[in-house]
Amino acid sequence: MSGVRQGYVRPLDFKNGVVDMTHGGGGRAMAQLIDELFARRLGNSYLRQGNDGAVMPMPPGRLVMSTDGHVVSPLFFPGGDIGCLSVNGTINDVAVLGATPLYLAAGFILEEGFPLADLARIVDSMASAASAAGVPVVTGDTKVVQKGAGDGVYITTTGVGVVADGDDFSGDRARVGDQIIVSGSIGEHGMAIMAQRESIGFAAQIVSDTAALHGLIAAMRASGAAIRALRDPTRGGVATTLNEIARQSGVGMMLQESAIPVQPEVAAACEFLGLDPLYVANEGKLLAIVAAADADALLAAMRAHPLGVHAAVIGSVHADAHHFVQMTTSFGGRRIVDWLTGEQLPRIC
Amino acid sequence: MRFIDEFRDGKLATGLAAAIRQAARDDRDYHFMEFCGGHTHAIARYGVTDLLPPSVRLIHGPGCPVCVLPVGRIDMAIRLAREAGVSLCSYGDPLRVPASGGLSLLKAKAALNGKSGGGEIRMLYSGADALALAQQHPERQVVFFAIGFETTTPPTAVLIKQAQALGLRNFSVLCCHVLTPSAIASILESPEVRRWGTLPLDGFIGPAHVSTIIGTRPYEFFADEYRKPVVIAGFEPLDVMQAILMLIKQVNAGRALVENQFSRAVTRAGNRKAQQLVSEVFELRRSFAWRGLGELPYSALRIRREFAEFDAERRFGVDYQAVEDHPACECGAVLRGVKRPQECRIFGSVCTPENPIGSCMVSSEGACAAHYSFGRFADLAVAS
Repeated sequence: MSGVRQGYVRPLDFKNGVVDMTHGGGGRAMAQLIDELFARRLGNSYLRQGNDGAVMPMPPGRLVMSTDGHVVSPLFFPGGDIGCLSVNGTINDVAVLGATPLYLAAGFILEEGFPLADLARIVDSMASAASAAGVPVVTGDTKVVQKGAGDGVYITTTGVGVVADGDDFSGDRARVGDQIIVSGSIGEHGMAIMAQRESIGFAAQIVSDTAALHGLIAAMRASGAAIRALRDPTRGGVATTLNEIARQSGVGMMLQESAIPVQPEVAAACEFLGLDPLYVANEGKLLAIVAAADADALLAAMRAHPLGVHAAVIGSVHADAHHFVQMTTSFGGRRIVDWLTGEQLPRIC
Repeated sequence: MRFIDEFRDGKLATGLAAAIRQAARDDRDYHFMEFCGGHTHAIARYGVTDLLPPSVRLIHGPGCPVCVLPVGRIDMAIRLAREAGVSLCSYGDPLRVPASGGLSLLKAKAALNGKSGGGEIRMLYSGADALALAQQHPERQVVFFAIGFETTTPPTAVLIKQAQALGLRNFSVLCCHVLTPSAIASILESPEVRRWGTLPLDGFIGPAHVSTIIGTRPYEFFADEYRKPVVIAGFEPLDVMQAILMLIKQVNAGRALVENQFSRAVTRAGNRKAQQLVSEVFELRRSFAWRGLGELPYSALRIRREFAEFDAERRFGVDYQAVEDHPACECGAVLRGVKRPQECRIFGSVCTPENPIGSCMVSSEGACAAHYSFGRFADLAVAS
């Protein structure tokens, strides 16, 4: 304890308090919210600089930057919440470009009346995700909108990382003969959200797979395999991501349905709701396109990492002027795995 | 997944495919119509045709509830929301079907919702949600846009009876329920089948869920009168394969019987309780306009006079007005089995799932949407 007596400050009421308009007004209340809630939980030396931005050292290499708005509903779901989701999601967007994620910025849009206890829980979750990933939140912004003009809290995160010269993972580099690998079972995040929204009680709860993937990617790079492209299949799922890569690279793909890992409870929930797991969002999975000769080595490296234990080769790249993603069904037939039509699951991340 | 995977088993499919190849004679083709959109969807999604010999051809039938709804019926729903100011509640698929004047329920919804005092259009998953809405908002008139074949009719009957029991004065139903046997009769009576023979038809893969309600008996007339075998089949891909084998055997033996592949859910008599409920609440319409099939006598249901206050057509005085389909749209021919989706001039170019021109491109059970989403690689000589 210092000898100086604390000023006359009424601490924030994290038990019963709610966000009000003054918390975004730029005055004392906002300063207090930033100080007691954000800075205290997310605390790091950059954030403590207390400026409108942060000044950070920059390792050599090229800069990679990505931004992602998070509007998930419900805010809290099995396996995570909007807080850790907003940290992991942006780290993944930086990491799949082959970059080492370094720093995050976070922008909050809060709705008047949102409980401070929930906000604290969300920021705690961001803090522990950022700390586990080793990627600090170095600057941020808070705005408050009137009751009814938002839905609790929206979080936009921006990530910065560096990538060495010559490391170019890009969706336009898939080549005929390449193998397609998924890092684990698909559809868990989307179905965790849907099961919660639709109040579906299954014997085994479906848990979101939200996770930061840069550790797995580092292990994959260390294997020395010729990785062409990496991408995290979030909204629109594996089907959408593969269609994007097929179009970018000007190739076709053929998947084997029986090789695609899907947890039984996810398959059951999809069946129940009339959804296809190939189109359901993931938040802790990645797809890798790799030269055929290196597929086994890459698969082994992935399976040795906790986030890649269930990695599997699910298909291959072939020549096709129409850029179709096709699939041999478990039934023995063939079909297209098409672009998603319309909106399957709104506000999933 | 138990009770699901068993009906999608690849090994069993291979075995059935071999049995079908063996049973199919070399000197003839087999043309079978799968009546239901549920069958069409399963065939496309699991790639069933890839397991069949080329002599077995499947023809998509009219059994997709959204597809057979004529434009004029969608117009009625839009008028109810726009002119009568009701809360019009619909399932998701009908929202995207193009209606008159460049509108759809979805476009009308965007234009209406948010304006105070007027009507609104809501999407829901169950008619029960419409009833709940009426209970929560006694100041609003709530109309449920009821579509579908015999499978969805009993739940609508339940809603109307519940509304009556609750004494609701603000709930009604725009009844567009249609009858399967009428559609089959229309196909069999069509000049393409009956007179010209341009649509060869050797038998039907009969409805699954519809038959749980009406049973297999109503199809016996078609087998007897038109000499076309009917095999009632479930909606799983193995069900479809097995039904095809059963049909081939009937055709080879010169038989025309109603057989029940879907015996795990369907009986000859059907669900009598549901049938009774339906006849209590509904009666036959003298005539009803179908997309593609035209005006068919006694082919649809309307709400009985005893429940007139729950009949949106009577309560709000909305009449059906026939509207021509888009001139380039071939949905009518597709629904009659006369054309395949890819034979429509605008398939995949003007008419796509994102911008449907005709109803068959809207629902996932529609023949055009199923072929576009799952099967169009086959038209384009794509490497395997």
